Amino acid sequence: MTTAKEPKEHGGDVRLSGISKTYGSFTAVHPLDLTVPQGSFFALLGASGCGKTTTLRMIAGLEEPSTGTVCLGEQDVTALPPYKRPVNTVFQSYALFPHLDIFENVAFGLRRRGIKSVKQQVGDMLDLVQLGEQARKKPHQLSGGQQQRVAVARALINHPKVLLLDEPLGALDLKLRRQMQLELKRIQTEVGITFVHVTHDQEEAMTMADTVAVMNGGRVEQQGAPADLYENPRTTFVANFLGTSNFIEAEVASVSGDDVFLKAGGGKLTLPKARCTAPATTGGTVLVGVRPEKISLTHADDAGAIPEGRNRITGRIADSSFIGVSTQYVVNSPVCAAFEVYAQNIERDARLVPGADVVLHWNPAHTFGLDADQDADAGVEKVEEDA
Amino acid sequence: MAVFSVFSSLFRWLRRNLVVLAGLVTLAYLLLPNVIVTVFSFNKPKGRFNYSWQEFSTDAWKDPCGVADMCGSLSLSLQIAFWATLGATVLGTMIAFALVRYRFRARGAVNSLIFLPMAMPEVVMAASLLTLFLNMGAQLGFWTVLIAHIMFCLSFVVTAVKARVMSMDPRLEQAAQDLYAGPVQTFLRVTLPIAAPGIAAGALLAFALSFDDFIITNFNAGSTVTFPMFVWGSAQRGTPVQINVIGTAMFLIAVLLVVAGMLIGKRRAKKSL
Repeated sequence: MTTAKEPKEHGGDVRLSGISKTYGSFTAVHPLDLTVPQGSFFALLGASGCGKTTTLRMIAGLEEPSTGTVCLGEQDVTALPPYKRPVNTVFQSYALFPHLDIFENVAFGLRRRGIKSVKQQVGDMLDLVQLGEQARKKPHQLSGGQQQRVAVARALINHPKVLLLDEPLGALDLKLRRQMQLELKRIQTEVGITFVHVTHDQEEAMTMADTVAVMNGGRVEQQGAPADLYENPRTTFVANFLGTSNFIEAEVASVSGDDVFLKAGGGKLTLPKARCTAPATTGGTVLVGVRPEKISLTHADDAGAIPEGRNRITGRIADSSFIGVSTQYVVNSPVCAAFEVYAQNIERDARLVPGADVVLHWNPAHTFGLDADQDADAGVEKVEEDA
Repeated sequence: MAVFSVFSSLFRWLRRNLVVLAGLVTLAYLLLPNVIVTVFSFNKPKGRFNYSWQEFSTDAWKDPCGVADMCGSLSLSLQIAFWATLGATVLGTMIAFALVRYRFRARGAVNSLIFLPMAMPEVVMAASLLTLFLNMGAQLGFWTVLIAHIMFCLSFVVTAVKARVMSMDPRLEQAAQDLYAGPVQTFLRVTLPIAAPGIAAGALLAFALSFDDFIITNFNAGSTVTFPMFVWGSAQRGTPVQINVIGTAMFLIAVLLVVAGMLIGKRRAKKSL
């Protein structure tokens, strides 16, 4: 077990400065600055066509940036061809060499660098990905998950400064994908190499990465630790792309101390000032967001039992679906149509059925405020994206 | 009753084995000419024509070059076929890569022009080539035949290689580059081996086409005589048994090559299991 004990030896961060890519009149990546700390597991998350793969390919050298520089540690590699960069890639659909067996696939990088005795290293690497037995098989004789591991081994054996992963789990079925997520995470902690992982799957990004950069339309919308991104989204795109969010357009009634007091419909809401990224001036409007699982649902008859100080709005259940661990409700409210509420199935109230009048209430600390000028539906899950 | 059951079981047997039967009949149809050629290579004809069976003899096999000029023309045909295959394969492979990989002006035109030799009647092409050579004042012979052969073999090689290159994932070459292979290494270690089956198919096709071409060769050979021309010429005056010997030998060599190829492939598949 070589835990992340030797980060210094792997040499520095990945720094992208003002890097962009244009194809004719189309801008795939707007000038962006990004620093990937050495030894971290970094995810570039976004829908297809957001520029995340182009960004990755510019780090690999497979795409030439239109502007900007790519630095690995102290070294500026912008002008280097891919075969001279200390970076390796796990390609989407793996790109294993079909005419070579697993052993030779994994040995390819070593042999190209003129290393003669590869047997020991290849054997160790195949053991790391648990494929020692399959060394003499051809790629097409392996399952998807095994091919994926060969692709990882083929890249990792070169001890790159950075390992780039381009949707490496996209071709696997759900169960295997979960398994490989843990597997990749294990390998990353074991070898301590910087991983840059491109994915459109927000769950995958959040499970695996230390830092996630959410990309949209060729720009990085927000960057941070998964929990931070989830709890404190700064744009509606991030709020909707990572999980689900409910938005209420509210008017700022007053600002006092650490809180912003808002009016929405007939009700009053409280929002911690620190969690409001929009300028909160009295009389202005902000988008008030809250995650569905933070909300409690109480039947209108019991409204008196709700503790003071909680944000509350009233509504009527339009739909409910039971999914085992939780029940998902859609509530129509005067301030927001189709409010989503996820309630844990602990003590189910039999009266909470479609048509029932309810009060939604939550801790004001779980409220976040965004600029009302943006589209509240930006980044809402597009079903066809899920492969 | 018994008769009926015999019929019905016969019918069932037929139904189960119909595909095999059809296959065998087709195979017989394909191989019958070869069988005749082989059988008549052991004939001892009376007179000059080897068209009716007289008696068994191995005379022709003992002296395959016994006919004047025949082995000379055979060696010439083999030489032309070798060089034409080499030329057409190298050029055709490069053309195929250019057509698939690069977007350039007149790419579409080149793409369709390359098929012209395949589509045009051979005799027309032969006559126009002759016109061209005569106007250029070229000396007809080995070189004009070789140039003509490379030309018509090209389109077949391009077709075979193009199909292979088109189905190749460009990410394989990117992966090679990512794994420290420079452009030359990438081509030699990844591109070429993966394209090899297509290139081999094109080369085999080119060899076969060049070796037995008659029409274009006849127009442009001048006084040079290739093997097909020799056979044609002798057919007017009498057919020596040795022609059958050469034909049979060619057939056997081809069969041996195919069987060897299959055995090697099988062993390799077994090894990698």
